[in-house]
Amino acid sequence: MLWAKKDLLGLEYLTPEEIELILDTAESFKEVSTREIKKVPALRGKTAVNLFYEPSTRTRVSFEVAAKRLSADVINIATETSSVKKGETLIDTGKNIQALKADIIIMRHNCSGAANMLARALDISVINAGDGWHEHPTQALLDIFTLKEKLGKIQGLNVAIVGDIAHSRVARSNIWGLTKLGAKVTLCAPRILLPVEIEKTGVKTTSDIQEALSNADAVNVLRMQFERDEGAAFPEQLDYYKSFGITEERLAKAKKDMIVMHPGPINRGIEMSSEVADGANSVILEQVTNGIAVRMAVLFLVSQAKEKIV
Amino acid sequence: MKEKAKILDEEGINRAITRIAHEIIEKNKGSAGLCVVGIRNRGVYIAQRISACIKQIEGLDVSTGVLDITLYRDDLALATGQPLVRKTEIDFDINDKNLVLVDDVLYTGRTIRAALDALIDFGRPKSIQLAVLVDRGHRELPIRADFVGKNIPTSKKESVEVRLKESDGRDEVLIAEKE
Repeated sequence: MLWAKKDLLGLEYLTPEEIELILDTAESFKEVSTREIKKVPALRGKTAVNLFYEPSTRTRVSFEVAAKRLSADVINIATETSSVKKGETLIDTGKNIQALKADIIIMRHNCSGAANMLARALDISVINAGDGWHEHPTQALLDIFTLKEKLGKIQGLNVAIVGDIAHSRVARSNIWGLTKLGAKVTLCAPRILLPVEIEKTGVKTTSDIQEALSNADAVNVLRMQFERDEGAAFPEQLDYYKSFGITEERLAKAKKDMIVMHPGPINRGIEMSSEVADGANSVILEQVTNGIAVRMAVLFLVSQAKEKIV
Repeated sequence: MKEKAKILDEEGINRAITRIAHEIIEKNKGSAGLCVVGIRNRGVYIAQRISACIKQIEGLDVSTGVLDITLYRDDLALATGQPLVRKTEIDFDINDKNLVLVDDVLYTGRTIRAALDALIDFGRPKSIQLAVLVDRGHRELPIRADFVGKNIPTSKKESVEVRLKESDGRDEVLIAEKE
């Protein structure tokens, strides 16, 4: 199959075949990072712009590394020091970047739907690197890629997602991707952090961590974003660890080779214990390595496609 | 596509590969320091057959790799639709080796140009030699093969179809007319 879409905005908008194509392409790209010369000329002469309205180190650096390994030129725009501070609108900023003859904008924004809006307004490619509570497609793709690499398939897997589901774009993209590929997803969080009617997406929910882990082939542990805590919704950190933290005791009652994932950065002693984070079940650093291959695949695929989807 | 003539049958392909293997050994004075890399897709199978043949003659295993040149194509920016990127598998050191690059058909030479660029990213072989099952002419770059199974003069309106058991269920080389 061929890839036609100029943008990657979310996994909601992709067919299972398109998701598989990204994963297969990523598998081919993974080898490039093992070479002595970690670079191929596929995007030579293309310009990618990292446009981040929210702080990010790992996603931005991962995209930058991916683009550079494809020989693209990368420009980073930190919005705190740009014209955004002077009141320029998102679309004006996008059109200016397009006028500079850049080819791809990689954007993170705190508003859900920002990437869709920008993609609609521009002819160049837009890759969503996280928009509000909406989607973070490349994170979910690298999670799914890692799962597939470890367990051979996605179809029929039981995957638990634990943490602040309500505010998590990573959870939403994972739900879309995993259910499209035939995995069974169980969400586990305090009730107040589970969105109402989320079961309509075909997932199960529970607030009992041991129940969520009991049958899981993998658990994806989300970051508790206490820095965004405005007082109301968040449980106390210690309470959270007691009720939902992934510890060795809880791991001992789960499947023996259950995979433990985390999008990073980890709050040790809040979402999981240090023993688990560094233990044999953890694939957290492999996720980081796989993130480069997945982002190379996405950059490569969207860079020559023209079709608008929104 | 209309088939016009069968240029090689199974026997013919076997004989050509056996002869190429012998020529490689002769030119390199044995198989020490030799490695073989096939270009996806069908070059891979021919490379594996050449390797097996060299092993039969010399009794030594020959490192054999797989090269996908998609990312090095000179028409990537022009291509309509995305070409599929497949895996490159060269899990041995090519530095200071005599490397035999293998493809099924040599035509414009652009694939080989891309393959040379890709190989140089893996190291600095002592030499790179080129083996092809069919040379059909019409070069657009200054490239020639060191080992050729069969020279087939063609017109640009024709296409050369190589079919191999590993990918197509049978061994044959045909000339077809593009319609």
